[in-house]
Amino acid sequence: MSNSYKVNVKPQQINTMQKVGLGLGFLGLIIMVLSLFGIIQNPKLMLTIALSSVGLGIVIFAINQYKGLPLGIKNNGNWFTDISSKGTFAWITGIVLTSFYILLYWYPLYLGQGSGDAGNTGLIALFDPLSIFLKGKPASQWFVYGVLYTLAILGFGIKFILKYRHNKYQQLRTISVMFFQLAFAFLLPEILQGLNQPYYNFANMWPLNYYFFDKWHVNGLLSTSNISLFMFGFGLAMIFLISPFLTYKYGKRWYCSWVCGCGGLAETAGDSFRHLSDNSLKSWKLERWTIHIVLAMSFIMTIAVVGTYLSEMGGTAWITRSQFMYGIIAFLVVFVGVLFKYRGERLNKDEKIGILSVAAFVILLILMNQFSGQGNNIFFKDSYSLRKWYGFAIGSAFSGVIGVGFYPILGSRVWCRFGCPMAAVLGIQQKFFSRFRITTNGGQCISCGNCSTYCEMGIDVRSYAQKGQDIVRASCVGCGVCSAVCPFCA
Amino acid sequence: MKVVIIGNGISGITAARFIRKLSNHEITVISAETDYFFSRTALMYIYMGHMRFKDTQPYEPEFWTKNRINLMRAYVENIDSNAKKLTFSDGKTLNYDKLIIATGSSPNKFGWPGQDLQKVGGLYSYQDLENMEKTSSSGIKRAVIVGGGLIGLEMAEMFHSRNIPVTILVRETDYWNVVMPPEESKMISRHILEHHIDLRLETELKEIIDNGNGEACAVITNKGDRIDCDYVGLTAGVHPNIGFIEGSGIEKQRGIVVNEFLETNIPDIYAIGDCAEAKNPKPGRRPIEAIWYTGRMMGETVAHTICNKKTEYTPKLWFNSAKFLDIEYQVYGTVLARPAENHASFYWEHANGKMSVRLVYDKNTKEILGFNLMGIRFRHEVCEKWILDKTNIETVIENLSLANFDPEFYEDYSSAIRSLYNQKMGKKLQSKSKRNLNIVLAFLRG
Ligand SMILES: Cc1cc2nc3c(=O)[nH]c(=O)nc-3n(C[C@H](O)[C@H](O)[C@H](O)COP(=O)(O)OP(=O)(O)OC[C@H]3O[C@@H](n4cnc5c(N)ncnc54)[C@H](O)[C@@H]3O)c2cc1C
Ligand code: SF4
Ligand code: SF4
Repeated sequence: MSNSYKVNVKPQQINTMQKVGLGLGFLGLIIMVLSLFGIIQNPKLMLTIALSSVGLGIVIFAINQYKGLPLGIKNNGNWFTDISSKGTFAWITGIVLTSFYILLYWYPLYLGQGSGDAGNTGLIALFDPLSIFLKGKPASQWFVYGVLYTLAILGFGIKFILKYRHNKYQQLRTISVMFFQLAFAFLLPEILQGLNQPYYNFANMWPLNYYFFDKWHVNGLLSTSNISLFMFGFGLAMIFLISPFLTYKYGKRWYCSWVCGCGGLAETAGDSFRHLSDNSLKSWKLERWTIHIVLAMSFIMTIAVVGTYLSEMGGTAWITRSQFMYGIIAFLVVFVGVLFKYRGERLNKDEKIGILSVAAFVILLILMNQFSGQGNNIFFKDSYSLRKWYGFAIGSAFSGVIGVGFYPILGSRVWCRFGCPMAAVLGIQQKFFSRFRITTNGGQCISCGNCSTYCEMGIDVRSYAQKGQDIVRASCVGCGVCSAVCPFCA
Repeated sequence: MKVVIIGNGISGITAARFIRKLSNHEITVISAETDYFFSRTALMYIYMGHMRFKDTQPYEPEFWTKNRINLMRAYVENIDSNAKKLTFSDGKTLNYDKLIIATGSSPNKFGWPGQDLQKVGGLYSYQDLENMEKTSSSGIKRAVIVGGGLIGLEMAEMFHSRNIPVTILVRETDYWNVVMPPEESKMISRHILEHHIDLRLETELKEIIDNGNGEACAVITNKGDRIDCDYVGLTAGVHPNIGFIEGSGIEKQRGIVVNEFLETNIPDIYAIGDCAEAKNPKPGRRPIEAIWYTGRMMGETVAHTICNKKTEYTPKLWFNSAKFLDIEYQVYGTVLARPAENHASFYWEHANGKMSVRLVYDKNTKEILGFNLMGIRFRHEVCEKWILDKTNIETVIENLSLANFDPEFYEDYSSAIRSLYNQKMGKKLQSKSKRNLNIVLAFLRG
């Protein structure tokens, strides 16, 4: 006698204008696909058409989806609509996205990336005019990606704002994400590159930006000009001063749901999939493992890279490699000590074991390395291959292919939740040092489950709310959607 | 000791969870409705496609085994309180040492002709939802809902979400004005019409017409109108679901009568939640309160009593919250549709007609008695403290920002409310606090 609930609903009808929107969107995509085969002439015109029809398509679709409806929550039929409930369409979208990422990361040749002196062809050539306009150089696969990414955030951002017309917090937050993506993550770096400055994305920081301490990046920043020196200083200040301060005051949401591009994409283009994030205890456990392992790996990788960099510099750097290594150990010991002393009561047993073992592991690794005379090798591999491996597994495979490609299947914040080391760092800061919490309003929760379902981080918000507790979770990105969908309180 | 609980709703489940926290008693929870506890209040969201049934279950299946709470799917037909034995519909029996009855409510039916036809139903149980879903799959051209109130409107919203036209028949002159003051009632009525729901005020159901196959096909109203429809929703309130205690000797009126310890007249039998009726309700509270949080509080209380920490059920200030389509509603303290002799009230409504704040106070002493809020969230603890402290209405007006619980960046309407008050009363009150969490916390402590 188990209850298996069956629904039998016709998919929601979409109106004519929505079809127009969809049509336009597809037109743009088709142009891009055709360009892959080199059929497209006149790239300037075609690119303009492609980009504007995708953008317009999304907006027209959204306007007509929400037009004329009274203000309020709009989740009707989410679990019945094919694309938002892991239907056939969803799978197709997932596969197409994933393949795009695979080409992008590992086979840009097929997208038309020119090598050596040969010019671009195909899709990438389509984007040349825009790239030349912005920075006077032909496009690269990353430029194409950047444009599409930004377009997605802008287009779906407008959709999101229309959907949450009644909710000011959601609107401001989305405008902020759109702004940071367009201005800081996309335009500014491209234009600066055009001015012969090194590439630097102001909205991105270590450890999410895992190449921050790489030799090419550091050297580039240190050697080009005053502007690039400023960038380097800004990057450091961001990591050690600005970010902890903002997180202390506002929680990690200032970054994850107001600034970050990954978060931005998840919130906008990924919004229709947010309820797919699994909120079982099992995935919570998995999440805590994976995200902290990635954090530890990015940490080790960075230490190794910086270490190598310093030893290659010989005596010319202001600290030596050994000083740096011992410095890290000291930092870890002090950090863990402070955490246990002042925030011990916020830690449960699992967390204590986890933190201690990770710290011990890193320290041991460094010591082994120091005394084994392995020089630049950590794990008996040299730091650059370690770095390359990390870039492949985490930077590309995890954050791109699985993180975005699987939106329609696993929910919108897979990367942010299971992988992002930045989120892990901010999460630790948030949980143990910040005052920010999603709060509940007395005993009003009726355990309906909307909050847990729509939490993109797969947090079982209800399990806190129904006890009248605040949501004390490192992973909460403060998007505020749980509170928006709650019929009453949160 | 064997504790048996009938009903796996919020009341029964909360009792079970707390008994487990406090003791090692053997616990069995019986329900005829579903295998696992789910949130009844979320039934509508399943139909609307916001959630799956699974999402409405607050605990994962392993939770019950881990906490050694036995779940049993069965219908209790009879209680033998002398032998301390339950009999189920399949003839099996079960003995208990302590029995908690938490069987909830059932929808009211007032003897309308045709009320038991197919395609007629309430909205209370999982089976009601299945029934709606089944009828929907054969196509509904129009649904008629009988009875205003929260559940009627929820049902309307459900059909509406699938673009099924809905008619609501309401006896009153405005929506839910037996509970709501007139302005708020009007606001809700307006909002319902805005959603293109056909709201018919001052209209009652006379009979439901059979299409010849035992299915409803139309209703006739007291005004003689005939409305063709393929589904009739009966949502004219609920009553305690206690038919099966007949002959057990347990005292009942509308519900099972309990004292302040939630004990019935028979030792070792307790009643909690929707089905319990307080013999001496606390001031400002009603004998039967069929809402979520009271069930939860009673469950926690009775668990303590059973685990040798005899505890009185002492709900504090009355509050409730709900949502009328897109308008959120909160009430704290005493807000009556027909105010008592000494009550006065101050009412502010936003120009958009979808937000309002009503402060009810004592004409003579100027003490604040209640808050009624539409489309605006106030902070529970602050309102509660103001009322329990018998705060002067003017102090409340001056510090209104303290109560604001809207998400960040929402406009704070405190000053608009204050100026209206000043204008009406010829006063010059100033704001005395800002919206700031630290100040709020200091206020609550101090
Ligand atoms: C659609 C809807 C929306 C609501 N919205 C709100 C809201 O927004 N806010 C709010 O505060 N309240 C709301 N309520 C009211 C709230 O849901 C109830 O007050 C609450 O669920 C009552 O809980 P309970 O544990 O007392 O009983 P129930 O949840 O009714 O549980 C009783 C259980 O006992 C079982 N049972 C009964 N008799 C027997 C028997 N003889 N043998 C075996 N099992 C039996 C029933 O099948 C049922 O599963 C809503 C109710 C409904 C129906
Ligand atoms: S808990 Fe709420 S605010 Fe935090 S991530 Fe989840 S939905 Fe967003
Ligand atoms: S959405 Fe609100 S009422 Fe529903 S479970 Fe979450 S906090 Fe509770």
